[in-house]
Amino acid sequence: MKKIDVKICLGTSCYVMGSSYLQELVDMIPLKFGDKVNIVGHNCLGECVSRGEHGKPPYVQIDGEIVESATIEKVLEHIEKKL
Amino acid sequence: MSVKQFIQLKKEVLIRIIRAFLSGDFANNARLIPFEMRPKGTEVSYRCCIYKERAVLRDRVIAGLGFSIEDDDEITELAQYANRALERKKPHFQPLTIIDIACKGCAATRVFVTDICQGCVARMCMQSCKFNAITFAAGKSVIDAKKCKNCKMCISACPYGAIAQIRVPCEDSCPVDAIEKNENGIARIDYERCISCGKCIINCPFGAVHEKSQIVDVLKNLENKSKGVKIIAMTAPSIAGQFPGDIYQLKSAIIKAGFTDVYEVAMGADITIKNEAAEFDERMKEGVPFMTTSCCAGYNGFIKKHLPDIKKYVSDTKTPLYYTAQKVKSLYPSAITVFIGPCVAKKNEAFYNDNIDYVINYEELGALFIAKNIEVLDCEKSEYGVESSKQGRGFGVTSGVAKAVSFLAKTQSDPVLINGLNKQTINVLKQALREGKCAQGNIVEVMCCENGCVGGNAVICSAKTAQNALNKLLEKSKDIKKEN
Ligand code: FES
Repeated sequence: MKKIDVKICLGTSCYVMGSSYLQELVDMIPLKFGDKVNIVGHNCLGECVSRGEHGKPPYVQIDGEIVESATIEKVLEHIEKKL
Repeated sequence: MSVKQFIQLKKEVLIRIIRAFLSGDFANNARLIPFEMRPKGTEVSYRCCIYKERAVLRDRVIAGLGFSIEDDDEITELAQYANRALERKKPHFQPLTIIDIACKGCAATRVFVTDICQGCVARMCMQSCKFNAITFAAGKSVIDAKKCKNCKMCISACPYGAIAQIRVPCEDSCPVDAIEKNENGIARIDYERCISCGKCIINCPFGAVHEKSQIVDVLKNLENKSKGVKIIAMTAPSIAGQFPGDIYQLKSAIIKAGFTDVYEVAMGADITIKNEAAEFDERMKEGVPFMTTSCCAGYNGFIKKHLPDIKKYVSDTKTPLYYTAQKVKSLYPSAITVFIGPCVAKKNEAFYNDNIDYVINYEELGALFIAKNIEVLDCEKSEYGVESSKQGRGFGVTSGVAKAVSFLAKTQSDPVLINGLNKQTINVLKQALREGKCAQGNIVEVMCCENGCVGGNAVICSAKTAQNALNKLLEKSKDIKKEN
């Protein structure tokens, strides 16, 4: 089965707006989902620039899809939906 | 743990204030912030209606511009506030302010009987109450609010767990009882008692307590850089992990944001360590039973306002920021100095020290990076003029200061850690003062915030993330030199 790919944006905009706290997911996800999910911290995903002032960082990318205003709960929910 | 919603809001307001400043039409764009954050037709996220949301945002902008919300007359427009912020010469000395209309006026702290009460025969609650505040009516216990002293004996006495206490988070979090409610139940800070520790800022679930920001004052000075004004950033030791990248990339990012140069406050910590270790040795030789550290601004405020008698046991050594600012001003007497840290209490320290011109926090620096589109990870590493020691860099976490002093002290040290000022730990200090000795040890490190400065009111990341980043930095840092 193809793994679900999760990228937590750790660029400055996202980090300051709360992705710093999403780093916990890097430890949490393998425990929860084993090797079904591949999670990494990532440099700026470019969303902060393209969505500009009205964007809602922090962003997390799950299989290419962007989750805005990401929180731990939101990310877990998205992953569960995909599994 | 995810970041709390109101902290996001506060940051968003700051970003918009900075953008408004940079736009060239500060007054008008500042005026528009509440409308841009809640344009016509937007869904109402938190409050009863869009008008109230805008009203609360307006107050947040007032605080972000550096003014007291309490003093607002509701007539003055944000545009006028923006202009006043530009004209301001010195920030206000009270660094905190409360938004009336965001403060929900939570029910006052009280103990009350819930529906779970079974109206039992034992009536342990009545027996446990020393103030005769509990009576029995309509098959249930009732507490007479006039007699109740909130001692909570009945809560533990009830076998059903039927008695509960309503809590007020801001009051609960305040270690010095500086928050009281006015007749309308709205929180008020008693500035005579307040030590500016900032605990209420993070604990009010409505985000009603704000720092009065000095960001506009700093922006103004950054603009003057072109006129030859030097503006020097002094970053607190707790900054490791607060931003992406390492502290060397961060230095470049801060310079890119407009500062002339960056110094680590850990540089001043190295002087603090030497002086404090020497002082500790001397005091121990003289037979003084214990000494407390003196670098925490919240603790210093606490001593001044609530426990002045303990002064004789407190180290006379100055704070790392004191020595850093002194050094910077001796190198560049006309420079503007800006402390960047996690803590609102430092604004008090700065107010009484002419070498420290302004204080901004990590949230404000982060907002500056975002508004100016600065990506720390894309920045080159820059070396610091003075490379600080491992011990100095460790000052921002609990046990860091005690360890550092112990490292240089010649006397055998036995550290006691006050990891956060609260009612219990304050009692430890009071007891030591009363008894003239500290049973637990001879060097008492006092950190007003839990986990140390990395637990401050304006941090970007968790204490754990900060600790991990710090560990990485410490691996590469050198021990402070021991003198013989
Ligand atoms: S910092 Fe996350 S998208 Fe740019």
